[in-house]
Amino acid sequence: MATLNSGVPNGELKEKWTQYKDSINLVNPANKRNIDVIVVGTGLAGGSASATLAELGYNVKTFCYQDSPRRAHSIAAQGGINAAKNYQGDGDSTYRLFYDTVKGGDYRSREANVYRLAEVSTNIIDQCVAQGVPFARDYGGLLDNRSFGGVLVSRTFYAKGQTGQQLLLGAYSAMNRQIARGKIKMYNRHEMLDVVVVDGKARGIIARNLITGEIERHSAHAVVIASGGYGNVYFLSTNAMGSNTTAAWKAHKKGAFFANPCYTQIHPTCIPRSGEYQSKLTLMSESLRNDGRIWVPKNMEDVTALREGKLKATQISEENRDYYLERRYPAFGNLVPRDVASRAAKERCDAGFGVNQTGEAVYLDFSSAIIRYGKEQALLNGEDESNEQLVKKLGSEIVKSKYGNLFQMYEKIVDENPYENPMMIYPAVHYTMGGIWVDYNLMTTVPGLYAIGEANFSDHGSNRLGASALMQGLADGYFVLPYTIGDYLSDDIRTGPISTDSKEFEFAESNVKQLLSQLISNKGNHSVDYYHKKLGKIMWDKCGMARTEVGLNEAIKEIKELREDFWKNVTVPGKLNELNKELEKAGRVADFLELGELFAKDALTRNESCGGHFREEYATKEGEAKRDDKNFTFVSAWEHVGEPSEAKLHKEKLDFENIEVKERSYK
Amino acid sequence: MKLTLKIWRQKSSTDKGSLETYLISEVSEDMSFLEMLDVLNEDLIEKGIEPVAFDHDCREGICGMCSLYINGEAHGPDRRVTTCQLHMRKFNDGDTIFIEPFRANAFPVVKDLVVDRSAFDRIQQSGGYVSVNTSGNTQDANSIPIPKDDADIAFDAATCIGCGACVASCKNSSAMLFVSAKVSQFSLLPQGKVEAKERVMNMVNKMDEEGFGNCTNTGACEVECPKGISLDNISRMNREFITANVKK
Repeated sequence: MATLNSGVPNGELKEKWTQYKDSINLVNPANKRNIDVIVVGTGLAGGSASATLAELGYNVKTFCYQDSPRRAHSIAAQGGINAAKNYQGDGDSTYRLFYDTVKGGDYRSREANVYRLAEVSTNIIDQCVAQGVPFARDYGGLLDNRSFGGVLVSRTFYAKGQTGQQLLLGAYSAMNRQIARGKIKMYNRHEMLDVVVVDGKARGIIARNLITGEIERHSAHAVVIASGGYGNVYFLSTNAMGSNTTAAWKAHKKGAFFANPCYTQIHPTCIPRSGEYQSKLTLMSESLRNDGRIWVPKNMEDVTALREGKLKATQISEENRDYYLERRYPAFGNLVPRDVASRAAKERCDAGFGVNQTGEAVYLDFSSAIIRYGKEQALLNGEDESNEQLVKKLGSEIVKSKYGNLFQMYEKIVDENPYENPMMIYPAVHYTMGGIWVDYNLMTTVPGLYAIGEANFSDHGSNRLGASALMQGLADGYFVLPYTIGDYLSDDIRTGPISTDSKEFEFAESNVKQLLSQLISNKGNHSVDYYHKKLGKIMWDKCGMARTEVGLNEAIKEIKELREDFWKNVTVPGKLNELNKELEKAGRVADFLELGELFAKDALTRNESCGGHFREEYATKEGEAKRDDKNFTFVSAWEHVGEPSEAKLHKEKLDFENIEVKERSYK
Repeated sequence: MKLTLKIWRQKSSTDKGSLETYLISEVSEDMSFLEMLDVLNEDLIEKGIEPVAFDHDCREGICGMCSLYINGEAHGPDRRVTTCQLHMRKFNDGDTIFIEPFRANAFPVVKDLVVDRSAFDRIQQSGGYVSVNTSGNTQDANSIPIPKDDADIAFDAATCIGCGACVASCKNSSAMLFVSAKVSQFSLLPQGKVEAKERVMNMVNKMDEEGFGNCTNTGACEVECPKGISLDNISRMNREFITANVKK
């Protein structure tokens, strides 16, 4: 049985990574040519890892379910990427980024991993600029920065509201260079359906060609899971429609421990849902909170009038507005971390102050920013700053230059002009901090099986700060894994090619085939989406922004029943040997139905509130999250043994030697 | 609202394919176009008819996976949006809507509304990158200042999502807008200038080899582009191409 050893090297925090790199085993260039690595997923983590591993000389096989690696959902990240460059001279440093990340994660992450992340963050920016990523610049031609939630410095680099797109296209271009050189073999429209473990080591995968339906065996000396998070377990989330947990979950079932599944990030600024047919939720970048102020009316009469359409938001005067984040958290105001902002919105809406028909929306208002910028610009232009119309026009132009694409997206979806009326927003599931447990090398509990990016659990504790997902994805892929994987592969230089004829491959393949034919021949009476929506509702109601012991016990029971019903009554049209989108969905939902149960179990056993995990039983009088450091300063790593909720708990104790563990206050 | 849908159905790349008619009711105007198709598919599954295959993923207008030729326009009647961001409020009760795949020789149909756009990947592989190693030993990001205007124009070009609407809209099925967006981005940045010559030659040659047509300056691509990629990029690429050939 696998045991938990984080493998954090000894020595001073600041020296650990450098000393470790100097001491680990390397594979010489000639031997790298004889070693194969499989990477599953082409987001920032998978794309950057594929490119760098190929460049180092390994033979890389990369898989994605989309029609091109450029479609991976990292592309939708909007706001920015953090790096401790201190270009603004505002007191930033590696230590401060490390500190903010650990504090933001509510002291539930591993110190050494986070410090390393902060340390390599500056390389990422240099690297991306060298690749031709067009970051925003100031008039002097230097890189511009903005600020994100939970921090007091401006360290976020950005490319309008499309930072993820530009970074992903950078990684994609680096991949293309290696594909052209023949060092990466790219498998588009392929989905990984199992990991193959031979003699205790990950030696390959079983994948389905999504066009022909063919089940393929692929072998390698190591397998890297970079398949992202599992937010779609909620059905409605800001994830892409195809984002799924299948690769990670299959790895879990083959021996990889799953860590902290209950740590989910509910992002505060998303477009509220509008109807039953809703297929996904759309995020509005957190960067909007730099200039937008969040409020609901103070008086219930105004709320009622708003809902009846008798009153407009702009008609409510300043003194009748409740800027509740500024009121509750004067130090950070609208820029409190995501978990805090989301819960505060829920608190106001639960109290009845939601501003739309469903009662689940608050305002995000740019009018003060428009006037502030407008006056500044009028002054610069030598124009009259008391001319309201002019000021509004100039201010709107500046807001447009900062957030134009986000405003346009909002207008297309909601059909309202956000320059004139405040936006309506509500929290939605966005990111999962939990994931496959990995050690300092990013290796899972299965030797040779790695997990990087959102798919692993390591860096964000129980709450991720804005603009840190992009940072982690690229740090893992460009700068961490390519070093640490060498330490493992140095034992494999004499192994030679891995055969796909072994009984392990045969067994895994026949299991996959059996599962797929079971789904297709079931011919029940409910569609896959029917089950996915039901699961989503259980998850949102009972494992969402606020959780209770009673609710979680119910969730475990209900998910179990739903899963049994799924296998009896689901219907999947079409055939096995063709492009069959329903079959793809069915496999993914089957895995979500298992993961959801473990998720609820994890939330049930963590008798404290921390970050994205809020248990109503564990709160302060003011309704803030109450951690229990004495009993819960550990990572919950779950070992699969049968039914998902019967998984065995292993604890990795978290030690904080370089940071004082305190109550997380943003007041 | 109630709608009549005429949807292209084609079993596989070798099948001939034809338009089939489906009726759909209870369409809300706040639905996105793809949510309307979700509702149709749920209905078809219930009736035992195979659902319509279409590509989509992020549903935020950024991944470039969704396509669809709607009433004779790539991504439908609205401007500056992808199909996933097109909302049913752009249609009226009782409308008949024609839904077809993006059509071009270089984009063969895979099934129903799904096409194969891997030719775009191959063009990018022929030169759409800066040849810099990714192991992290580059110079400081601020060591070369880049004029804001250049950075902004490069960014605008770089926002191309590779959906293929430009090709589908062009009467010649030309990929000039797509290719020129990448060539422009790099030609405006000092990091990209080093390999500018080889890049433009290789990418243009690859584009021809993949079977895309020539540009005759009709500008339909720019009109239908969901990201508003400008025709200026094509001029810039032509300039780069001519210069590269002269300097050869």
